[in-house]
Amino acid sequence: MAEKQEILEGAMAVAHAVARCRPEVIAAYPITPQTHISEELSQIVADGELDAEFVKVESEFGAASVILGASATGVRTYTATSSQGLLLMSEVLWNIAGMRLPVVLACANRSISAPLSIWCDHQDAEAIRDCGIIQFYAEDNQEACDQHLIAYKVAEDRRVLLPVMVNLDGFLLTHVFEPTILPDQQLADRYLPPYEAVLKLDPANPATFGAFTEPDKCMEGRWMVHDACMRSLPVIEEASAEFEKVFGRPSGGLLEEYKSRDAETILIAKGSLCGTIKDVVDEMREEGTKVGLLRIKTYRPWPTEAVLKAVSGAKQIAVIERGASFGAGGVMTPEVKETLYDAGMQTPVSGFCVQLGGREVPPDGIREIVDRVASGEKQTAYEYFRLKTEILPELVPGA
Amino acid sequence: MEFDYRDRVLVPGYTSCLGCGEAMAMRIVAQAAGKNTIFTSCTGCSEIFTSRYPTSSWAAPWIHSLFENSAAVASGVYYALKHRGKLEGVNVIGTGGDGGTADIGIGCLSGALERGDDILYCCWDNEAYMNTGIQRSSLTPFYAATTTSPAGKASWGNDRPKKDIPAIVAAHNIPYVGVGSCGYYRELPRMVKKALSYRGPKYLQIHSVCPAGWRSDPSQTAVIARLAFETGCYPLYEIIEGETKPHKPPKEGWKHVEEYLKPQGRFRHLFRAEGGEGQIVRIQALAGANIRKFYGDDAVPDFAKEAEKKAEEMAEEQEAEATA
Repeated sequence: MAEKQEILEGAMAVAHAVARCRPEVIAAYPITPQTHISEELSQIVADGELDAEFVKVESEFGAASVILGASATGVRTYTATSSQGLLLMSEVLWNIAGMRLPVVLACANRSISAPLSIWCDHQDAEAIRDCGIIQFYAEDNQEACDQHLIAYKVAEDRRVLLPVMVNLDGFLLTHVFEPTILPDQQLADRYLPPYEAVLKLDPANPATFGAFTEPDKCMEGRWMVHDACMRSLPVIEEASAEFEKVFGRPSGGLLEEYKSRDAETILIAKGSLCGTIKDVVDEMREEGTKVGLLRIKTYRPWPTEAVLKAVSGAKQIAVIERGASFGAGGVMTPEVKETLYDAGMQTPVSGFCVQLGGREVPPDGIREIVDRVASGEKQTAYEYFRLKTEILPELVPGA
Repeated sequence: MEFDYRDRVLVPGYTSCLGCGEAMAMRIVAQAAGKNTIFTSCTGCSEIFTSRYPTSSWAAPWIHSLFENSAAVASGVYYALKHRGKLEGVNVIGTGGDGGTADIGIGCLSGALERGDDILYCCWDNEAYMNTGIQRSSLTPFYAATTTSPAGKASWGNDRPKKDIPAIVAAHNIPYVGVGSCGYYRELPRMVKKALSYRGPKYLQIHSVCPAGWRSDPSQTAVIARLAFETGCYPLYEIIEGETKPHKPPKEGWKHVEEYLKPQGRFRHLFRAEGGEGQIVRIQALAGANIRKFYGDDAVPDFAKEAEKKAEEMAEEQEAEATA
């Protein structure tokens, strides 16, 4: 069935894609740049196009908690947030993952205050990296839409039963108009049958959720979250393959290898920045530089084997991040290093924080990074790229 | 006689302390609501003593998520049932202690009430954070000693009166607000059933004696709970569709607050430290004001009125000292 391309704003497109997944309970709280998703979903419900309960909550903490209760009662749920909202949700999100509830949410990635900034980076999502939520990252609006369908498919798979978060860069995707194919409702229904929970809060079959454990059992309960995460890797690949079969276009998956098979320099990145990187790769390839991109689409679970396979031929690697671990280094950079180290490889890996709080990353910046690592420059520490030292105040006068 | 627990909603075997007023209240509420009820719980004593994995005392569906979100989780349960058309004959009851309700969870509670969600929220008010070891909450009564509002040379214990949560809750214009007590256990099933007869959000607060935290004799739980009412320290009432209906006043008249304070270790400093008894007039004054609020000025006993006057003078003296 041919589906029609429409010119849509990212957040709007996501809202309509979500509606076609037929969530039954939606709870959301306004925060820039996520708000257009929940506004549009409210409208879809108000227009009677989606039969769902849209719960107007008092905070993101309340949104995540309402979703938790609804999911535990056996219905399909959705929420979306950004930045401070995600952090306010985070206590609940850890709990949702621990209780193995297949909640799907979107994070319109935005910087964390202070200083206050509404613009994009990945520190929000990376702050909850370790909680057991599967994390997808979209490069464009089409992928952000498609990843929502795949998210439900993976989350509700009985081999997984974990929450999934789709990350789409705030403003750079949420507020940008792009030609997008919204999933056909019939195809969406075929891909995503109605949700039936394995176990739910039901007086006919009473169960206790959220019991406490003593030290002799707690670690096993937590390990099961890790185990489910790891077991989701093939499920994500399966769900993505089935998506292609049903909708006739590839989407989702663990990662994308862009001209990286024979590349000497491989850049690793996630999110919309990859669009710029691909342009630079194309230009430099034409000039004869053997450079490629490894785009991480599934960041949690970390696809160790797939990453290793993709970078095994590289002479040098540069990880380009929109995040940082203050007081240490990067976030994704050490994960790449760990992957190589565990495989006994010594490929040099450089890490660059190219952006926090939405600063533009022009193609010449990417080009500079490629040139520097390709020339054999050895990095000694994670680099805050093009840091404007000239505008830094004198923090310790006289020092 | 063999004890048959098959019809119990909260099944015996849970590990609460002896004389736990919260367990009493919870057992009665659960039984009155019946097995066609989904319960949500805050983190706290009752969650710990009923849900040690792999055991559970709950014969009805029950979920504990976090400390501060019991009301929001209950809302989520409600919307899920509503969406699937399964609300008929099923109650949704959110529960929590005074800290989980009045302090850290007040945002979620207010949200659920304001949205008009069809749930009953029950607060087991044992007047401090008992599970973590008796720390002061905003429902800790005036001059009670807790581990974070201890009595000492420069302190008479908690220096603030209880937050008026029932009034805050009632301000959401909900159909039913009830304030009950584990000491009036025969009243509780009626209150639960009354509450559940209304659509929309309902709130029930139950004064729950905590022998471990109040330092009281576990065998005296019901007696102490009744004294809380009989002295005016803990008024019992319902606000049904906006109309306040106080519990009938004590048959033998209102008692002096000392009768309530004396059997509790948390007020011991008032009887032992020099000048402590002089401070009791302040508690007596608060009790007098409670009696006036629900039963009118004529109902306030003379000793309470005298205490109010004295407390006022003490406050004026303090003010003068502070400005001097």
